[in-house]
Amino acid sequence: MLIVVCIKQVPDTTQVQIDPVTNTLVRDGIPFIVNPYDTHALEEALRLKDRFGCKVAAISMGPPNAEGTLKKALALGVDYAVLLSDRVFGGADTLATSNVLAAAITKLHTEVDEVALVLCGKQTIDGDTAQVGPGIASRLNYQQLTLVDKIINLDFSAQKIRVSRKLEGRHEIVDAPLPAMLTVVRELNRPRYPKVQMRLAAVESVVDVWNNKTLQLDEQKIGLKGSPTWVSKIFSPERDKGEIIGDGYADPTGTAALLIEKLMAKDMLPL
Amino acid sequence: MTPNPYLFAPLLLASLAIFARACWKRLSLISLGQPEERFDNIGARFSDMLLYAFGQKRVLAKPFGFNHFIIFWSFLILMIANTEFILNGLFPRSIKLIMLPFELYVPLAFMIDIASLLALTAVTVAAVRRLFAPPYPEARTPEAFFILSLIAILMLASFALNATELAAYMLKSGADPVSFLSEARKIMPVSSYVAGMLPSLQLGTIHAVAWWAHALALMAFICYLPNSKHMHILTAIPNCFLHRLEKPNTQPREDFAIGNTFGVDRVDRYSWKDLLDSFSCTECGRCQKVCPASITGKPLNPRAVIHDIKVNLLENGTALKKGAAPQTPLIGENGEGSVSEESIWGCTTCGACMEACPVFIEQMPKIIELRRHLVESEAKFPEELLNLFENMEGRSNPWGIAPSERTKWCSQLDVKPFDKDTTEYLFYVGCAGSFDSRAKHVSVALTQLLDKAGISWGILGKEEKCCGDSVRRLGNEYVFDKMAKENVATFIERGVTKVITQCPHCFTTLKNDYRQYGLELEVIHHSELLRNLVRDGRLSIDKTTEEMGATVFHDSCYLGRHNDIYEAPREVIAAATGAAPAEMERNRSNAFCCGAGGGRMWMEEHVGERINITRVKEALEQKPDTICVACPYCMTMFEDGLKDVKADNVRVRDVAEIMAEAILR
Repeated sequence: MLIVVCIKQVPDTTQVQIDPVTNTLVRDGIPFIVNPYDTHALEEALRLKDRFGCKVAAISMGPPNAEGTLKKALALGVDYAVLLSDRVFGGADTLATSNVLAAAITKLHTEVDEVALVLCGKQTIDGDTAQVGPGIASRLNYQQLTLVDKIINLDFSAQKIRVSRKLEGRHEIVDAPLPAMLTVVRELNRPRYPKVQMRLAAVESVVDVWNNKTLQLDEQKIGLKGSPTWVSKIFSPERDKGEIIGDGYADPTGTAALLIEKLMAKDMLPL
Repeated sequence: MTPNPYLFAPLLLASLAIFARACWKRLSLISLGQPEERFDNIGARFSDMLLYAFGQKRVLAKPFGFNHFIIFWSFLILMIANTEFILNGLFPRSIKLIMLPFELYVPLAFMIDIASLLALTAVTVAAVRRLFAPPYPEARTPEAFFILSLIAILMLASFALNATELAAYMLKSGADPVSFLSEARKIMPVSSYVAGMLPSLQLGTIHAVAWWAHALALMAFICYLPNSKHMHILTAIPNCFLHRLEKPNTQPREDFAIGNTFGVDRVDRYSWKDLLDSFSCTECGRCQKVCPASITGKPLNPRAVIHDIKVNLLENGTALKKGAAPQTPLIGENGEGSVSEESIWGCTTCGACMEACPVFIEQMPKIIELRRHLVESEAKFPEELLNLFENMEGRSNPWGIAPSERTKWCSQLDVKPFDKDTTEYLFYVGCAGSFDSRAKHVSVALTQLLDKAGISWGILGKEEKCCGDSVRRLGNEYVFDKMAKENVATFIERGVTKVITQCPHCFTTLKNDYRQYGLELEVIHHSELLRNLVRDGRLSIDKTTEEMGATVFHDSCYLGRHNDIYEAPREVIAAATGAAPAEMERNRSNAFCCGAGGGRMWMEEHVGERINITRVKEALEQKPDTICVACPYCMTMFEDGLKDVKADNVRVRDVAEIMAEAILR
């Protein structure tokens, strides 16, 4: 029984800037992190491993330096780590990305062990589309359970899963047969912290790199060529320069009065 | 009247055998510890041993220490008398002190007699103290009374012995009792006084009873000593000799290689000196009486930690010697012999316990070793720390603020980047000084003063990273190691040699911890620098500030106890305000922690009274208008504490802000 977790290396968004000319993210000098939602997917897979003794594989599509992300997953305890990296994968939209990830999952299914679950974060913090997980489910014809905040029951032998989905203002309990693809929200769990022995072992361990020679996908379905979505412009909404009024440190009371006055003048503080 | 050596000799040999066996067992247990170098600089070690063991310097720091001093020195003097006693018991009439030349015998006999009286008085005082006002309630143990009674019996019996011998000699020589006793009083005042009271007919019986009482008490003492906390009689002197000559303000590095273990989870992973420490503790309780965690009702008690290490070693020793796994876990909630996780996380690493210990037991490093195991090998720690660890590793600051915002505090100021050719000092702003809205004011005040004094300084800007103090004290040595290596590389690459810090945690880390990475920096805390600038006239105060009103100063642990800087901040305050700050009841080396050290800054305090509230109340006793600090953590803890006790009229100011008030306003 194999659980596959899809993780992505993303730029630390608090530090992201957009190149106004190319409309792409400026990645130089920006540290990368594991997409925060994916860390919860990873944690859940590891908890299932602790509980059921199944194996966990982490896969990621990205440039060669995304190996660091997979090493973090190895330090946390995944059994296999596969980096899907090839120039022809580059420039992919969510459709092309899900094609590559689905192909990799199929390969793991046939070569390593039967895949019962695929876990993804609900979305990435750079693209924010929330489409790749459902895309994988569609390509693989797996059950699609999005926004999962709790796995209520999982029975590998009966091939059944029951989850709670966190929707706006309500929860939905859903039963589904396996194999299933879950996208998860932060409330699902609290990710673990890596042990030093595991970190040291992860540094030494090898991340498998699969390129398109390995996956043999039609180049019309992957990368830029396989991406029907084109980004015409990305921009940060401009914010008019704000104003610092008074000195809240030296004179908090006076500054508060000043603030109230300003807000009232702008008719923003109905009294 | 002579005791039978054929009865005494086998008894003595048996008790010496018991003594030797117990000592051997403990020595072999200590040898289970990991290697550690403690034999460098023999000269300094020897003089410290004279000062602290024989001079009892730290023991004498507390009132009852004098009582111990008396017992200790009486003990040394009475060793002569006891040697005579034993030899005389084995070989009757062979060796007696009286065979010495009279000029030597008289002062010796006098000293022994007086020492016996002093020891008797001192053990009585100790017993009364334990009965009515023990140092801590658990100190009222049967063990303590047993050993005090043994000493009392030894003293009483020796008076009786000397007295009967004097009386017998008097009878035999037919001397006039009055003149004989008045002469004898000059040599043995107490024994001769007792001699005058003895009935002449029963001298033989009294002598025999006293002799055997003395012999049995002595042998009981010999047997009991190594099996009890009184083992310290044997270990305390070497422990003073072997103490860490440099302040124990940093932790040793770890070697991050596959297959190594990290931290300590079983007692034999401690160093042999750590294990010796556990046998040197006599449970005087001075550490727990200064420990901020113990005082405010937390489960941590430094005395108990050392005791648990000893008990654990005794319980697991046999198994460990055979290479088997220990039975009693060192970490856990198993009562005696195990240290609870809550205790381990309660330590503020303030160092007060180590400062108070008369025999230099190092409690704090042992607690950090336990933290290292929990964090590094088990990834088990209070949940508040998960964010801290990730923020430190990912963004190199405790709050997880974007590193690009590190220079925001000076965006309105004209601040130069550090350049080794054009700037003398690196101003290492620190995370608090860069990101904390309150501490930023201190950074600004300090830079204005530096400019005013014409100091050439610059910053690393966005290249500056967290020093890693909190993660190291919290036992996350792996992350600290990465952070330290990065920082050391930056400092070397940028040619940094002189550093100004405004945070005692950055100060100690750059100065003491980075030395382990081969980087010797000249680090100066801003309070010292400002003091020097005032002294040299580079900062002149035309008019002292009255803004601060009545001031009281709080010592930061990592400035004071851990680095011995006590006077500089006080001098700065005095220079700026025209008056020395008031002192809290606990000040300087005895100061009470604010509660934020050792990574406690980032943790919740659930049990007992909050440490900062305790300290704020102590400060308020001095009726200050301004509480002066020299540390951004102390600043936060005091500001929060003042809000909690609703003392809104009292403010907290850093020494730099006070100086700026006098010079720049």
